[in-house]
Amino acid sequence: MQNNSNTQPPISLYFKVWGLLFVLSSFSYLVDYLQFQGILRWSLILVFMFLKAGLIIAVFMHIVWERIAFTLAILSPPLCILVLIALMASEASYTNLNRLIFFG
Amino acid sequence: MDNTSQPTTSGMNGLIEDWVSDKDAFKNVSWGKTMMWIFLLSDTFIFSCFLVGYMSVRMTTDVPWPNTSEVFALTIAGEHIPLILIAIMTFVLITSSGTMAMAVNCGYRRQRKQAAILMLVTAVFGVCFVGMQAFEWTKLIEEGVRPWGNPMGAPQFGAAFFMITGFHGFHVSIGVIYLTVVALKVLRGDYEERGYEIVEITGLYWHFVDLVWVFIFAFFYLW
Repeated sequence: MQNNSNTQPPISLYFKVWGLLFVLSSFSYLVDYLQFQGILRWSLILVFMFLKAGLIIAVFMHIVWERIAFTLAILSPPLCILVLIALMASEASYTNLNRLIFFG
Repeated sequence: MDNTSQPTTSGMNGLIEDWVSDKDAFKNVSWGKTMMWIFLLSDTFIFSCFLVGYMSVRMTTDVPWPNTSEVFALTIAGEHIPLILIAIMTFVLITSSGTMAMAVNCGYRRQRKQAAILMLVTAVFGVCFVGMQAFEWTKLIEEGVRPWGNPMGAPQFGAAFFMITGFHGFHVSIGVIYLTVVALKVLRGDYEERGYEIVEITGLYWHFVDLVWVFIFAFFYLW
């Protein structure tokens, strides 16, 4: 982002995002408070989590005002973690299966 | 740091132009900011490893996982409220992120007094957060939660809890020190000549700490 005041986003944008983060956090908390269970609970948790994370990264961390070359260099490497999650999930369910068979 | 004033194309053509140019690929980004982002990227992997490790132990165990909604419930004024402490901690951290964003904005408007005060306010919220975390740890340790076992369910709960929240709390504590140091330097006028990008870089670290908490809140406390 350019370092002078006339290219700065208006302060009202920060207030709006701030308010939105509060609302989304309240929704996250309500998921637990209202004791939603199963698929509904997990999908709502993920939706609110990604919305909050997206708002923080995009506006508070100024990513929407960065150039695409920079944005991609920063935001694409964490996608590797999806591979790690898939590997560990398959390994963990195998271990769990064995525990149930031999110790359960 | 002469990469801050180059003419550039925007959009996808800009992406290609930036990467094929002979010099640095990141136009209009100072080294300080690039390095902070690269540090945060590496930190992302550390926290991801913790969270994936937590996922693994939670999936492998055949003992029921403790109900976090009840474990972190508090009784306030005779009212039993589930997960309330964690909700308050979340709101404190989001509030601190908001004041930090304001500080960055004030810095670029060269209102250094407001920027410094907002940064110090952010640091105070950070201290509140760590204080509540210390309270939470004390409460759980008194209830018999240990890294190797606990009375509520799967023994891995304690290990995941202390590791993940401990490392996050450590980040918040470091952030408080970092914010205070930079805020005092801003107040003293050390950056009048160089400009106030340092406030944005400090802010990146602080927002990252908030970002990590969003994931911890979702996966560890709510799931």
